[in-house]
Amino acid sequence: MQPFSIVSGPAAPLMRQDIDTDVIIRIEHVNVPRAELGQWALEPLRAPGFVLDQPMFRGAPILLTGANFGCGSSREHAVWALQGLGIRCVIASSYGDIFFANCFQNGMLPVTLPETAVVSLAEQAARGANVTVDLRQCIVIAPDGTQHAFTLDPVRREMLLEGVDELGLTLRSATQITAWQREDALRRPWAIPNSAGGGSVNTDPLM
Amino acid sequence: MARTFFDRIWDAHVVTELGGGWVLLHIDRHLLHDLSGGPALADLASRGLTVSRPDLCFATPDHAVSSAPGRNGETYTDGAKLYATLRDRTRDAGIAFFDLGRRGQGIVHVMAPELGITLPGTTMVCGDSHTCTNGGLGALAFGIGSSEVVHVLATQTLRQQKPRQMRITYDGHIPFGVTVKDVALHVIGALGAAAGVGHAIEHAGPGIASMPVEGRLTLCNLSVELGAKMAFCAPDQATADYVFGRPLAPVGDAWEMAVRDWAALRTDDDARFDKEARFDMAAVPPTITWGTSPEHTAAVDGVVPDPRAASNAATRDAWQDALDYMGLRPGQALRGTPVDWVFIGSCANSRLSDLRDAARVIRGRHVSPGVQAWVVPGSVEVSDAAESEGLPSLFRAAGFQWREPGCSMCVAANGEIVPPGQRSVSTSNRNFVGRQGPGARTHLASPATAAASALAGAIADVREY
Repeated sequence: MQPFSIVSGPAAPLMRQDIDTDVIIRIEHVNVPRAELGQWALEPLRAPGFVLDQPMFRGAPILLTGANFGCGSSREHAVWALQGLGIRCVIASSYGDIFFANCFQNGMLPVTLPETAVVSLAEQAARGANVTVDLRQCIVIAPDGTQHAFTLDPVRREMLLEGVDELGLTLRSATQITAWQREDALRRPWAIPNSAGGGSVNTDPLM
Repeated sequence: MARTFFDRIWDAHVVTELGGGWVLLHIDRHLLHDLSGGPALADLASRGLTVSRPDLCFATPDHAVSSAPGRNGETYTDGAKLYATLRDRTRDAGIAFFDLGRRGQGIVHVMAPELGITLPGTTMVCGDSHTCTNGGLGALAFGIGSSEVVHVLATQTLRQQKPRQMRITYDGHIPFGVTVKDVALHVIGALGAAAGVGHAIEHAGPGIASMPVEGRLTLCNLSVELGAKMAFCAPDQATADYVFGRPLAPVGDAWEMAVRDWAALRTDDDARFDKEARFDMAAVPPTITWGTSPEHTAAVDGVVPDPRAASNAATRDAWQDALDYMGLRPGQALRGTPVDWVFIGSCANSRLSDLRDAARVIRGRHVSPGVQAWVVPGSVEVSDAAESEGLPSLFRAAGFQWREPGCSMCVAANGEIVPPGQRSVSTSNRNFVGRQGPGARTHLASPATAAASALAGAIADVREY
């Protein structure tokens, strides 16, 4: 996973609220190889003159957008499709919970700022001026030099800065997980599927 | 300190604290479907890892399979590979796979409760945002992305931070012609599609106590459209009665112990929530969406709103875009708007009680000429139970197609789409731009409203039927 520290460049203003993951990547493209998803990103919005197709925003690393971005389906393809456009950071006032979590699995930074700050950034960025996102200091620097501080969970911030994957960390706890499961089987025997107190399930539990 | 239902389940699943408010949370049940399950198992293998607890995983094809009568895994050719991958990889991993045509197959969130896979007090995940449906039984169930699916397959855990907590309290009785679906749409319309972002939602109050379990599943299903990834109703006697005797439910001593444990899963009277809302169900009208977000709702006898009346510029623009997409004018009456398609199905509304609701409306009447009307039962169990009540022949006689279980036209990942520009009344949960197919215009409604609209050939008020 590519570490994230500072990203600077054009910030495409796509100021609509409630852009859902069905709009970010249509379901029929989920079989498309990950590296090729970018061409289908935000397809329903791509009328002539669409902001991300304008030459100054092609490959822009930052997306400025409306509230509740990424609501809807859990498809992680939404993050991959945005990455396929070159986007590394989204700035909005709120996000769908699952999309927000998916970002961190892929080195994408979702910055949360008040709606007024996002609107102000969008106005300034509209002509292609550079916006800077500094994850080390947790600030967004507008083209006019205004600094917008944002907060991010410190654990998530650290993982982005280092480009670390969650699974690698958890695998180190394998012994602890097995021990917990052993105790839990005594505490809650009923939680084991189809169990009269500790049985097990074969691959055809209804037969 | 006072604790909530949510606190109790959460705390009971913490394997270890990771610092900074993060925990390693044990996952008791993992549902896999064709769209994300097979690719995740392939990804796991490519990392040289194996499935940690295949006995806690359950798989069925639903998203990318055809619902055509007589279908098999190849009928929808673009989904054939996803189907085969899920079937083969679950077999190799020793994971229960409920194949097409056999008992247990269906939409994951319909089959899991009815097989007893979903249990109160458990944690459950699936690579599908509507996993919150299972919260209707008092499970802590939520949707996850592809990376997290692989994480759970490999470790049976997730790294999670505790969400904030929200409670929605329901009073009163649901009026004639109104269903839990109308209540859910009404609540989303009143609170907004982002009201639950970052929160776990407990649905509570006398309205929940008197709500049948299948209604609670519908209510929790729609909760992700409030922005919350998990929602639940604390289990009660009705929940235990629902679970008892299901194929994978505990039996004997384990059952007795389970029921005792579940009885303790309650929110203390003095517990505090970060956010609260309250609704009188007696005041909810039959409700339908007019736009492209589930929060764009109106009473079925109401009118399309005027964007100029919106409270701010962003909302005004969103409403205008929605009206342009939907081909509607401000002030236009919803009732009487001609429809081309009616879809009764999806993890929101494809259970036996939903099909009975629709059947009561159509009995002895016929679908309006020019309307394509489909019933897609949520699972083989539902389909078989409906058969024993004579529902398929009743629907067919009325001019509906009776199809095979799956997600079908809710998700349009299976070739089953509403053509561009055509209008659909759908019992599903999302009216997003293009959700039912590029250019499709979706109105979300209850099975009863959908059935009445099929008869009328236009959006109809079921209270007149």
